[in-house]
Amino acid sequence: MAINASTMNGTQVVLRTEDLNIYYGNFLAVQNIWLDIPKNQVTAFIGPSGCGKSTLLRCYNRLNDLIETFRAEGKVFFGDHNLYAPHIDPVEVRRRIGMVFQRPYPFPKSIKENIAFGVRINGYKGNMDELVERSLRQAALWDEVKDKLNQSGLSLSGGQQQRLCIARAIAVQPEVILMDEPCSALDPISTLRVEEMIHELKEQYTIVIVTHNMQQAARVADKTAFFNVKTSEKGGRTGYLVEYAPTELIFNNPQQEDTKAYISGRFG
Amino acid sequence: MTSHFPQSSLTRSPYSPRTLLNTVMTVLAFFCGVLALVPLLAVLSYVLFKGFSSLSLDVFTQLPPAPFRQGGGFGNAILGTLLMVGIGALISIPTGVLTAIYLTEFSSGKIARWVRFATNVLSGVPSIIAGVFAYGIVVLTLVNLKLGSYSALGGGFALAILMLPTIVRTTDEALQLVSQDLRQASVGLGATKLQTVTQVVLPAALPAIVTGSTLAIARASGETAPLLFTALFSSFWPNGLLKPTASLAVLVYNFAISPFKNWQSLAWAASLILVLMVLITSIIARWATRQKA
Repeated sequence: MAINASTMNGTQVVLRTEDLNIYYGNFLAVQNIWLDIPKNQVTAFIGPSGCGKSTLLRCYNRLNDLIETFRAEGKVFFGDHNLYAPHIDPVEVRRRIGMVFQRPYPFPKSIKENIAFGVRINGYKGNMDELVERSLRQAALWDEVKDKLNQSGLSLSGGQQQRLCIARAIAVQPEVILMDEPCSALDPISTLRVEEMIHELKEQYTIVIVTHNMQQAARVADKTAFFNVKTSEKGGRTGYLVEYAPTELIFNNPQQEDTKAYISGRFG
Repeated sequence: MTSHFPQSSLTRSPYSPRTLLNTVMTVLAFFCGVLALVPLLAVLSYVLFKGFSSLSLDVFTQLPPAPFRQGGGFGNAILGTLLMVGIGALISIPTGVLTAIYLTEFSSGKIARWVRFATNVLSGVPSIIAGVFAYGIVVLTLVNLKLGSYSALGGGFALAILMLPTIVRTTDEALQLVSQDLRQASVGLGATKLQTVTQVVLPAALPAIVTGSTLAIARASGETAPLLFTALFSSFWPNGLLKPTASLAVLVYNFAISPFKNWQSLAWAASLILVLMVLITSIIARWATRQKA
């Protein structure tokens, strides 16, 4: 079986989709995705709105399960496990594959509790203060909040809130961090800080990031996947993978016409 | 290019129809606002005026006096009201909050629609019907079991039925207002549904839930009709949950229609206490939730 060949040009593969089709009810949202996500690298998903990149991202930690009509056909492998096999516990999957969302949503708790919450529900037994500090340091937020850990997470600025959300995601020490347009609600300086952080995080984590910002993909990603959307005769819009290659290749020498058109700003 | 719009000046004309209409409507809206406040202020000031003179410390500690006898109070009715509203809250708040949690977090569309519809119907049921229902369920059962008849338990149960729809509806609305993103953030961290609901969603909705429960308590403490059938009245201190029990609302009703001057003035004092109790409950609830947010 070629499925379990877990290397790709010498790098380990963490996540692999095989012929993945995603439906909402009868509507085919994303079609026929074959994609390998390499370990300890940053993979970016780019493409026009509605191309299904966020939908695909949410498949990796089964967050789409929250949507009633959602259905996935095909396979998503995390290591050797098919995440959509019936014996897989989605809660456990989400503990191993964390997520950072588009808009920062701190819990209405203190800064410290925002991090401690996820840590505690994951059964952490060690020193909480130490872990909170380490996570906040990794998220480059410690210096700004160390004197007000008991204040509400909602009292922070937008950029700080997003870094708090990243800190809370890395505190539970997942293997993969999925980021769904993590900077789209941030100002340029906060964006820069988050991007710097992504560079540091990939030493320990595998990161998949969805972004609308092509410069951002070019700055942070090792590999980039370009998705596009086509309209069927019935009017349904279905996303599909156009091209997946190392980032320099996608931006400097795209093989597909659609990719070339998109990165040069001619549509999308 | 010639303009097809009329010539307009940038200065504001005080007599243009638009300005006049604006002024008239603003004045009208202001007076309607004042008009809406009149009943509230009138009731409050009249109750304060009539009730204050008969207010004394005895009111809280003494039993109702015989007709024509000066002094006395209605400590038993205050205690009875607290007792029965307490029983009502104890039944309806857990049931109502859990119902609302089921509706927003766990049910599928169809069942939820029916439960919501039933709740709305229940909130429109006249309070006297709730009293008759509680009479049938609790009072008659107690009679059959030879445990008692009219009782604080029956009164509390009737109040619980009246409080339930308010609590379900306000909690339901509060939970629905909690952002879906917040739930996803929690689930995305590996929280189970239970952990998400109890540790993220409920705390976020708590202020609104407390407000709703306070509203329900405030409404229940003033109810008279359902208590007539269920708790009846008593001139003595509450003596267990299975005995007839006095309440402020029924005391006001009984004493206000009596021909005795001293009872009538006690009814005024009881009205004042009732209004104050509701007021204090809502102030405490406001204050408690403000601390949290």
